[in-house]
Amino acid sequence: MTRKQRRLTLVGLAGIVLATAVGLVLFALSDRIVFFNSPSEIVAKAPPPGQRLRLGGLVADGSVRKSDDGRIDFAVTDGAATVKVTYRGILPDLFREGQGVVVEGKMDGGAFAADTVLARHDERYMPPEVAAALKEQGVWRHGEGDGNEGPAP
Amino acid sequence: MIVELGHYALVLAFVLAVAQTVLPAWGAFRGDARLMAVAPPVAGMQFLLVGIAFAALVRAYVVSDFSVVNVVENSHSAKPLLFKVTGVWGNHEGSMLLWVLILALFGAAVAAFGRNLPDRLKALVLSVQASIAAAFLLFLLAASNPFARIFPPPAEGNDLNPILQDIGLAIHPPFLYLGYVGCSIAFAFAIAALIDGRLDAAWARWVRPWTLAAWTFLTAGIALGSYWAYYELGWGGFWFWDPVENASFMPWLSATALLHSAVVMERREALRIWTVLLAILTFSLSLLGTFLVRSGVLTSVHAFATDPTRGVFILAILVLFIGGSLTLFAFRAGALAPGGIFAPISREGALVLNNLLLTSACATILVGTLYPLVLEALTGQRISVGAPYFNLTFAPLMVPLLLAVPFGPMLAWKRGDLYAAGQRLLAAFGVALAAVVVTAAFVGGGRWLPLFGVGLAAFLMLGALSEPAYRIRLGRMPIGESIQRAIGLPRSAWGTTLAHFGLGLAVLGIVAASAWQTETIRTMRVGDSVIVAGKSVTMDGFVSRQEANFRETAVRLTVREGGRVVRVMEPSKRLFPVRDMVTTESAIATFGFSQLYISVGDLDQTAATVRVYWKPMVTLIWLGPLVMIVGGLLSLSDRRLRVGAPRPARGLLPRGAE
Repeated sequence: MTRKQRRLTLVGLAGIVLATAVGLVLFALSDRIVFFNSPSEIVAKAPPPGQRLRLGGLVADGSVRKSDDGRIDFAVTDGAATVKVTYRGILPDLFREGQGVVVEGKMDGGAFAADTVLARHDERYMPPEVAAALKEQGVWRHGEGDGNEGPAP
Repeated sequence: MIVELGHYALVLAFVLAVAQTVLPAWGAFRGDARLMAVAPPVAGMQFLLVGIAFAALVRAYVVSDFSVVNVVENSHSAKPLLFKVTGVWGNHEGSMLLWVLILALFGAAVAAFGRNLPDRLKALVLSVQASIAAAFLLFLLAASNPFARIFPPPAEGNDLNPILQDIGLAIHPPFLYLGYVGCSIAFAFAIAALIDGRLDAAWARWVRPWTLAAWTFLTAGIALGSYWAYYELGWGGFWFWDPVENASFMPWLSATALLHSAVVMERREALRIWTVLLAILTFSLSLLGTFLVRSGVLTSVHAFATDPTRGVFILAILVLFIGGSLTLFAFRAGALAPGGIFAPISREGALVLNNLLLTSACATILVGTLYPLVLEALTGQRISVGAPYFNLTFAPLMVPLLLAVPFGPMLAWKRGDLYAAGQRLLAAFGVALAAVVVTAAFVGGGRWLPLFGVGLAAFLMLGALSEPAYRIRLGRMPIGESIQRAIGLPRSAWGTTLAHFGLGLAVLGIVAASAWQTETIRTMRVGDSVIVAGKSVTMDGFVSRQEANFRETAVRLTVREGGRVVRVMEPSKRLFPVRDMVTTESAIATFGFSQLYISVGDLDQTAATVRVYWKPMVTLIWLGPLVMIVGGLLSLSDRRLRVGAPRPARGLLPRGAE
């Protein structure tokens, strides 16, 4: 092989690897990303069942019901709309009524079947998506703290 | 007073860093040996001053000096001493100070161990290193002063976030920073070479130990962080593709690529320009990681300090260093002579493939990490790019890489023989197939992907061992002679073997724990039992304890195997009254390489929601990196690496960190 052929082989190999990587990224970005929705958006858009979604808002007061088999029902609200959620598993330590929460899963019938529940992890933290969604709905309460705020002095 | 002394030391360190940036570089341009000689003692002095500043902050934490804002926000007088000390870097200001301390440590180490470096190169390297230190010291002083006072001082502090009060978290940031910041050395060498216009095998020999040291620390930091998340977050996940994890994983991938390309440059003087570019990219990714974590643009468990002005400041540092270095590269890289030539099938060719796949994988992670930020900034659309994306992009790029790993060391430099290498790997391939068959029989067939993963891991491990086995002619010579040869092999060769073997172990652990984990959730009352992986777990009752800064309620569970008690486990909930915060403490019992992992959810007087996981082979996920670290250290101790090269920074720990 001449020097030129060797170089071409290397460039060709690099091209194949890069093309594969780009292809994978494009496919994954079109297929494997999860959109964040507020309860109002879910009610308005009625996403197709089976599509993975994130839903964020406040856990509605008085909505949490726990069954003996580990199933938990609650509702997520942004003030304007409310979506029922079912979840099996252990809730995060800071899951409480009236607090911010993000759940991931899909719509199943009229309810949101969650397989992951994320709550804020300390008393100052609010998931930024939730804070933004609540601000849009005008139910943001000041002094509650959001993700973009430093620790209070 | 001591606090002001620390603040003053930090100001002095900044002034020295500016001097160390300007004077040696000026000296290098004018060929003035006296100006160039300024750099080493100033680097040492700068380290001493930052060390004093850090010690002053540690002291403020230890004596609970609540006139310091930083201490008030992150400490509490009732906190155990260990966590008072580790709380120093459990917050934004303190962790940036630690970052700068480690940067100064590496600068001082280059000055101390770099006696045999050419004067010009040493002056330029220390000047570049000091410019980074100056930027970050300015950032500390201007936008995140850890020594700010508060008046009147409150009687008590706010306490450190209880999730962060843990020994795993306590030691993982220093290791991670040693890794991140260690990459600055390779960066400084790359910039110095570009300015100087000289780049040869000796350069690679100087850069490699520093990169290896940084890589070893980074491996340790990532593994520790992963293990911390595993036992602390309560559901036994070991990797989340969280942006903050990605921020440390990208420099690791890039540093791994740099290690391999530096070998090619050292031995064959090939891939010179690429190696310089990789050195720049590796540190750029470290800076990007610092920006992502420190600026608060991310949503994640690590977002414990956020402030937009700081974000803009770090972004400016990022643009200055990454943009500046890449511009310099664009202008100067053409002036560097091209390197040696090699056939596509050769050791060099294999290492090029390694570099291609590692950097592509790194790029896919970069896209996945930044895409949500860019999309939200442009359209306001909020998305999350999680594990599904990364599994789909990262894993397919890793498979050919892992398959190729055993072949690399078997190929000769310049021109290799793939067929001969394949023959030498036949035994490894056979054992890997056998491993697949045995696993399939054991788990009862099922999905082919995990079985393929097991085969891949076995091939990696045995392939790694095949190389020294071939070199010591194991089985083809009397065993005594083979042992003689094994002792004669350079330590760096054993380092490679161990690192590749450890990688195989980690892959095996990841595959087994992901594919064959079982999860059982049950609401249990006293006397109830669940059967998990052939073991019965019985609830005996509740235990309450009062500790200095928290109250704990545990569930006592007895694990029996064939009627015999093998373990008593106590997963618990802790209530930290100062922040009114609850944490979950999981209980973990190790059986061989597998673990039983139990955490509790809701507790009331009579019942508890208990989550029991069986995680087969899970400890291999961290034993693998441990073996890789041993490999890295072994390689660092190789005499050949030290001839004509600075001694590695191994064994040096930050002052005041203990």
